[in-house]
Amino acid sequence: MDELILREQIVDETAMSRRAFLQGTGLLLGFALTGASTESVFAAPASQVVENEVTGTFAPNGFIRINPTGAVTLVIPMIEMGQGVYTSLSMLLAEELEVKLDQIQLQHAPPNHALYVNSIIGIQNTGGSASVRAFWTPLRQAGAVGRNLLIAAAAKRWNVDPATCRAKDGVVFDASGSKHLSYGELAKAAAKLPVPPAANVKLKDPKDFTLIGTRAKRVDSAIKVDGRALYGIDTRLPGMKVAAVAISPVLGGKAKTVDEKAALAVKRVRQVVNIDEVVAVVADHMGAAKKGLEAAAITWDDGPNGKVSNADIVKQLEEESKKPGVVARNVGDVGKALAGAAQRVDAIYQVPFLAHAAMEPMNCTVHLQKDRCDIWVGTQAPTITQSQVAELTGLPKDAIKIHNHLIGGGFGRRLEADGTILAVKIAKHVDGPVKVIWSREEDIQHDMYRPYYLDRLSAGLDAAGKPVAWTHRIAGSSVMARYYPPYFKDGLDPDAVEAAAEPPYALPNIHVDYVRVEPPGVRTSWWRGVGPTHNVFVVESFIDELAHAAKQDPVAYRKGLLGHNPRALAVLSLAAEKAGWGSPLPARHGRGISVQFAYGSYTSQVAEVEVAADGSVKVKRIVCAIDCGMYVNPDTIEAQVQGGTLFGLTAALHGSITFKDGRVEQSNFDTYLPMRIDEVPVVETHLIKNAEAPGGVGEAPTAIVSAAVTNAIFAATGKRLRSLPIDTNSLKSSS
Amino acid sequence: MAFTLKINGTPHKVDVDGDTPLLWVLRDVLGMTGTKFGCGQALCGACTVHLDGQPVRSCQTPVDSVGDSVITTIEAIGKTPQGAALQKAWLELEVVQCGYCQSGQMMSAAALLKGTPKPTDDDIDTAMSGNVCRCGTYHRIRAAIKHAAGV
Repeated sequence: MDELILREQIVDETAMSRRAFLQGTGLLLGFALTGASTESVFAAPASQVVENEVTGTFAPNGFIRINPTGAVTLVIPMIEMGQGVYTSLSMLLAEELEVKLDQIQLQHAPPNHALYVNSIIGIQNTGGSASVRAFWTPLRQAGAVGRNLLIAAAAKRWNVDPATCRAKDGVVFDASGSKHLSYGELAKAAAKLPVPPAANVKLKDPKDFTLIGTRAKRVDSAIKVDGRALYGIDTRLPGMKVAAVAISPVLGGKAKTVDEKAALAVKRVRQVVNIDEVVAVVADHMGAAKKGLEAAAITWDDGPNGKVSNADIVKQLEEESKKPGVVARNVGDVGKALAGAAQRVDAIYQVPFLAHAAMEPMNCTVHLQKDRCDIWVGTQAPTITQSQVAELTGLPKDAIKIHNHLIGGGFGRRLEADGTILAVKIAKHVDGPVKVIWSREEDIQHDMYRPYYLDRLSAGLDAAGKPVAWTHRIAGSSVMARYYPPYFKDGLDPDAVEAAAEPPYALPNIHVDYVRVEPPGVRTSWWRGVGPTHNVFVVESFIDELAHAAKQDPVAYRKGLLGHNPRALAVLSLAAEKAGWGSPLPARHGRGISVQFAYGSYTSQVAEVEVAADGSVKVKRIVCAIDCGMYVNPDTIEAQVQGGTLFGLTAALHGSITFKDGRVEQSNFDTYLPMRIDEVPVVETHLIKNAEAPGGVGEAPTAIVSAAVTNAIFAATGKRLRSLPIDTNSLKSSS
Repeated sequence: MAFTLKINGTPHKVDVDGDTPLLWVLRDVLGMTGTKFGCGQALCGACTVHLDGQPVRSCQTPVDSVGDSVITTIEAIGKTPQGAALQKAWLELEVVQCGYCQSGQMMSAAALLKGTPKPTDDDIDTAMSGNVCRCGTYHRIRAAIKHAAGV
């Protein structure tokens, strides 16, 4: 096989059991995600529907399917949205299964908590930089189980001891190497053998890995360089209509007037669906749908949130954050230590609402029928999506078929099912399948935003400058309370305080608390880096303030507080060394450092910046040291450090969503600015190799970069930035 | 209105309003989904195609403005020497992450290399700054363009 074909599997959850597969009752509808077709939208692409009755498929667990023709299919439990998880998780399986990456096909896993739960998150969700961490052991075990059974089947046929046989590249060999059988030839026989418990199989010693730890090629690259890769937005079905939507610009508002006649007068517009919170114009193609939506000239009744403004939201946070919060951590006696300190430092930090603005705008295709509902979407949360659609439609969960897709950028946005729910509400009024696509403006203005946080900090330093007291109060929306209520215990949101409750430093007296403040008229959610993206900026800026107050070098100061934390100390030292920390720089240039422990990984970055006389900031270089324990693919890690750093840097330089009259003031890439190629700094990755447990990588560089940059700006200008995005007006040279 | 569009060497007849953006004709009417919708306002470059070899944003190109121009999309860019070299470089340097913007990136890059076979960093900035990548693959895009160009 010279290329990977991702296939989509639609299987009833009950049919996912091994027996069902072995008995050949698992019907696979393979949607070959191959080249663009030139048929009209009204006909199914010729390649699309391939019925494939599977008999004798070897399916020892939820992840491996080998059929008698020799096709090796891996069912990947987490979704690919750029982070490289289809490659890294395939590598974990392939290492133990003994197949080459170019021998495999992939399938998106269907929603199935029992088979595909992410054990770190507790849900079948892709997020939290948790995929490799959660599946490091289960996927290797699954691969080893498969390999052992295939070897056992061969040994049985040859009447030899399985221990004398070995497997390589999808073939089992006997001791002499003269006899061999391919996995395809063995599938039927292996399928009849009893499956041993996964925990009983012996896994390879890491020193024997041949795939894990290598720069293996991404499995999804080829289909992404010639237009073949299919995202949710590329769904095409027989009889499908497309819908453009206008959602109430104010949360809780509804359409007041809609000129349906004008919309329907547009050629190829078929229908207007007005369900108050959203108006959808349904047409044969998006060009007509958008034109129809414009013609509908909708006016809105704003409802109760028509006066919401950023100023009021911030004022509310300022007030609420004066009150004590729920204690996240309390060690020693902060009050006493603060009172006895030689020097006191106080600060208020603020970070803005942020949109995700993934390149693939929100979209979802729905075919709602009497007894089933099919959903074509790229989702990070298939089981949650399935449950919410079941609730909305009144259909049983197993009647909700989630056909997951490659995602054109997730960043947390696709952890929410709101786009799917909206599409199903529209589909209730449409006969046949309908693809709902949000415009970029709808996508940015109806996002679920990274919360605005306001933090109050105080520290006391002793005569030598050491922090003897540290208090940190965090005020802001709780995503956790809405999304995972069981994890929101006694008013404490563990995400909102992550990386703040336990800074990496030796702090003998520390008090961290959290005040939940829900802004009216704003939906909040997960954003790449989650809690630490906010908290590491605050903690690493504030520790930098303390170093300055203590008149010490920021690196030396941190080192003095990390003696108990060797892995944090190691990444800090490595980043500083590689960045040439301490070497002279021209005027208005500066270096800043930050360090974090989050997602199971230790990371440190040094940023080098130049601040022009007009205040504009040029980030010239980011040096990143990362210790993520045992790693799967160093090239993917480098890619994530590059991309994750730019994602966080984009927000630090440009990112802010603001509200006025209940409406989001930004709308497209001209007002919610993405980083472009001419603004990109050098990003270097220095990876520490060790045998620690694997840590997450996708979010680490996003969370850490802001503080490195603002600390560098302080070094360059003496101006301490306590809010984001970076206010270049405040950085103008006074001379 | 009926239009005949020359796309990737093949004529296609479509019956749509003249102001329909070429993007939606390609994606929805003709089913060529490699060209992506990103912003609808020519701000992100995801929808870039070539008209007579020149890069244009198909989301802002009304179908009635195309006329006899030859349209090339990502599905066929590999048949041009620049496109083939770029696809090879993209794979060798592992450029893609989510991949959604990469059709547009490669179309812009192919047009750059056709006019400027040995681009400088400034040439790359100028030609590529209209294409947004939220995954942040810019380092590798730049490296891959240079790799393909042999500079």
